[in-house]
Amino acid sequence: MSALLELRDIKKSFAFRKGILQRVVGQVNAVNNVSLTIERGRTLGLVGESGCGKSTLARIVVGLFPPTEGEILFDGLQIAGADIPIDPKFSRRIQIIFQDPYSSLDPRLPIGDSIAEGLVIHGIGDTKSRRKAVLDILALVGLPPQAADRYPHEFSGGQRQRIGIARALILEPEFLVCDEPTSALDVSVQAQILNLLKRLKGRLNLTMMFISHNLAVVRHIADDVMVMYLGHAVEVAPVNELFTTPRHPYTRALLSATPIADPDRRGERIKLIGELPSPLNPPSGCPFHPRCSYAYDRCKTELPAMITAGGSRVACHAVEAGKLPPA
Amino acid sequence: MTSLNNASAAAADAIAEEGLIGDPVPLWKQTWKRLLRKRSGQVGLIIIGLLLLIAITAPVIAPYDPNDVLIGTEHVKRREAPCVHLLGCDINRPQHIMGIDGNSRDTFSRVLYGTRVSLMIGLVTVTTALVSGVLLGAIAGFFGGIADNIIMRIMDVILGFPSLLLAIAIVAVLGPGIVNALLAISIVSMPAYARVTRASVLSVKTLDFVSATRALGGSPARILFRRVLPNALTPIVVLATLGIATAILDAAGLSFLGLGAQPPMPEWGTMLGTEKDQVFSAPHLVFFPGIAIMLTVLGFNLLGDGLRDALDPRLNT
Repeated sequence: MSALLELRDIKKSFAFRKGILQRVVGQVNAVNNVSLTIERGRTLGLVGESGCGKSTLARIVVGLFPPTEGEILFDGLQIAGADIPIDPKFSRRIQIIFQDPYSSLDPRLPIGDSIAEGLVIHGIGDTKSRRKAVLDILALVGLPPQAADRYPHEFSGGQRQRIGIARALILEPEFLVCDEPTSALDVSVQAQILNLLKRLKGRLNLTMMFISHNLAVVRHIADDVMVMYLGHAVEVAPVNELFTTPRHPYTRALLSATPIADPDRRGERIKLIGELPSPLNPPSGCPFHPRCSYAYDRCKTELPAMITAGGSRVACHAVEAGKLPPA
Repeated sequence: MTSLNNASAAAADAIAEEGLIGDPVPLWKQTWKRLLRKRSGQVGLIIIGLLLLIAITAPVIAPYDPNDVLIGTEHVKRREAPCVHLLGCDINRPQHIMGIDGNSRDTFSRVLYGTRVSLMIGLVTVTTALVSGVLLGAIAGFFGGIADNIIMRIMDVILGFPSLLLAIAIVAVLGPGIVNALLAISIVSMPAYARVTRASVLSVKTLDFVSATRALGGSPARILFRRVLPNALTPIVVLATLGIATAILDAAGLSFLGLGAQPPMPEWGTMLGTEKDQVFSAPHLVFFPGIAIMLTVLGFNLLGDGLRDALDPRLNT
């Protein structure tokens, strides 16, 4: 297996500017030194609470904005670097599905035209062959051919998400970023979309980055999972490893918060103290230390590096020092 | 997790085709239908339709040439009251349903021809202001940063003056005349379009479908002109329709002051201006052009109102 996508020390900060002179008055580090590798054909699940930088990372990967630092390698080629966004010609190979099916389709365009836009931009085929490609992809995502001439408002949320998937897949990308594709949908429709994605992944040999804050969804679809907290990657592990032996204290808290549909099997709930710190004013040292019950002196001053622990990679001083009880 | 699997397996391939009944209806047709359903849209369209009809057929329906001085050809007096045969005016006297003006011309013919001038004024000024304002606003909103600051501060300066006063100043510099008046009105109404466009572009450009086009590799021009602007246009179309009314009113105001259309051009504002001192002795000379201005402005305002509701594709049947 070879790495299809590799992120090296990706950092993204947004500056706050003020006044006529556009002076920088503050900055938010949305993503901090995140490195990851996704092998061809695998799915990486990205979890974390709101504002932890999941979506920012996704948008960097599809070239919506450049990283502030670091580099992105795709299929062995460097495709983006510090302040250099991904070359548009790679957009054929990397595509994205958005979270909100209501704002991800142009309301003034028949969905057939929305789906065909990628072909038009890249100058693929003529009007007739594009139309055929649209009808084929509609069938693939489970929509009738007459849907092509309809406008987005005529579809339900689940149907729109299928349209979004069709638009992303018409360029036959190798890599698909799913930015919380199911979190705006009803539970029954969520399952349909998840299974559609799973089926398409096998059929089209896709590699995916799947972002979600729903752990059950990630467990269902991902091969590996990365947990993010305040813009930092805190744990990366194969999906079973992560769910059976979570190592980072934050991962443990996250897993213990998942409701179990069995009144007799209520697990011990790890309650986090305090609020999520403001990313404008992040804590020193380990970003998680103010809320961590295992934190000690070192955590307050030194940012933990990623270390290998069992099958996982964890960024935690307590794990490194063996101060953490087994899960 | 098992619930996820069970629920989906059966449902995945049987997608409800709800909402997909009947033939697809193009967007403009849906908009047209919604416009016709609203009372304000109906009335506005009827008034503007009538005005357009009058403007086109003015030479046919006008009984006289608008600039013909009737002294010598007919037995009429200056500023004579209207003579309508149906209302009991002597059948032997020539019919002038809106009377005779101070230069012994047929007011009715002049009001009819004035429709042409006013519609032309409305369309030309709004088109000029719209194109320049939308372009500037779109650039400011889409690219942001320094371009945004420079463009919008200039617009703020223009907005800082009372619009008619600034228009008067511009005409005073350029010299009176219909063309300069149109230019002046275009300049003073431009900032409104720039502002509305900028605000609209700012809100549309963050939507996911714009990001989708960007992720598909679309160029900035494609993103701005194909995705962002068409979706930002709704408030601008409404503003432009209402703007026609304002432009006609402003132009009439300038002409009233003698800075716009010059006599003998049959312009409603000029007609009001030249006869303003005779309001009490010959009220018909200010009444009919005034009514014409009011009806035109009302028509465009009603249409703008109807368009506002009709242009949103999400408010469907």
